[in-house]
Amino acid sequence: MQKNLSDAAIAHGTRNIWSGLLFGIGLVAFLDEALFHQLLHWHHFYDKSTTSIGLVSDGFFHAISWFATVGGLFLLADLRRRNAYWFMKWMAGVWIGAGGFQLYDGIIQHKLMRIHQIRYNVDIFPYDLTWNLLAAGMLAAGLLLMNRARRQSRKFGGGGDAHE
Amino acid sequence: MHMNNHASWFLVWKQGMALGAFLALAGYLWAVWAANRKHNKWPLYRSLFWMAGILCAAAAVTGPLAEMAHTDFAVHMLGHLLLGMLAPLLLVLSAPMTLLMRALDVKNARRLSAFLKGRYVRVIGDPFVAAVMNIGGLWLLYTTSLYEMMHHHPGLHALVHIHVFFAGYLFSAAMIYIDPVPHRRPFLYRGIIFVLALAGHGILSKYIYANPPDGVDPVQAETGAMLMYYGGDAVDLGLIILFCWQWYYSARPRRMVASSQQSGLM
Repeated sequence: MQKNLSDAAIAHGTRNIWSGLLFGIGLVAFLDEALFHQLLHWHHFYDKSTTSIGLVSDGFFHAISWFATVGGLFLLADLRRRNAYWFMKWMAGVWIGAGGFQLYDGIIQHKLMRIHQIRYNVDIFPYDLTWNLLAAGMLAAGLLLMNRARRQSRKFGGGGDAHE
Repeated sequence: MHMNNHASWFLVWKQGMALGAFLALAGYLWAVWAANRKHNKWPLYRSLFWMAGILCAAAAVTGPLAEMAHTDFAVHMLGHLLLGMLAPLLLVLSAPMTLLMRALDVKNARRLSAFLKGRYVRVIGDPFVAAVMNIGGLWLLYTTSLYEMMHHHPGLHALVHIHVFFAGYLFSAAMIYIDPVPHRRPFLYRGIIFVLALAGHGILSKYIYANPPDGVDPVQAETGAMLMYYGGDAVDLGLIILFCWQWYYSARPRRMVASSQQSGLM
């Protein structure tokens, strides 16, 4: 892990979280598309039981995640050029973004809005369980890291998240 | 008789569009020649962007693609991706207004500049207005009977295609700033509109998948819808990267401003 935490990193704590958060959302959405839609063909492009609110939600999250992947990485580049990259805080953002989005996808989008199921013609319960447990695990890891980053900042900088 | 008229009208449209594409290419090259006499050499890559953009647009409205688009919805959609998304992006990257400003004499350049700073351009150049014209136009086309009517009324056919092209250009130009923009909008505002427009495009794609427009074969609708969804994503990825890059450049720390003053961006 990082030994020295720059003043710039502490001053840009919030931006580190945002960058990680956006990248995490983008990453999990990309994996969802590449793995489950394109390679395994488990997910369907459209499912006849999709509700219209599901269609809207799916559209928004797809758009946000596409934008977030690129935007998150540009934010990361911005942190690097300012010598403000804070690995632990950034990682916390990634896991929270990835876990949060997957949990939303797994519970709200798959189950409540029924945009599509994880897989068809199988007993879906084990799939849903694995999916959401993984999501919750990622989210928990992110929160844990966030807590550790907070302790780290107290050790190095004393202050909390001072803005730019 | 009616069929015959229609076919001959379509031929006129295609030839007109081919002529338009030729004039656009010739006009740009004339402007490069005129601008180079007064200014630094106009970058070659800008001219290449213009040529590629005009060729993409022309491919959609003349030639075999335009012919096949009449009977195959997936080909129609490919044409729209070229005409309304890829061509506009390439044309915006060729900085046509900057070039025109350099090519014109002072009096006309002032007129053009006054027009670009005027109220009309300010309104239609607003990201929100441009996005509504662009994505709203597509919703109108594919969720009403407009799509079917378009194939029976030549004037409507022309109007729809011209709208798709110009709305696409306006939208791209409202998101990334290559030409000088008198009324600049903050990145956050543009970014929010961008995400909403992306969402509107994606939702419409899936809507078409589930509800084919009047007169469209369901299998073709599915192929066309997926082409719209993923093809749109591909072109938009380019636009997103350019947008973020411009943010990255404008948000650079102060000590880096001086050293990058000369290099400029795109």
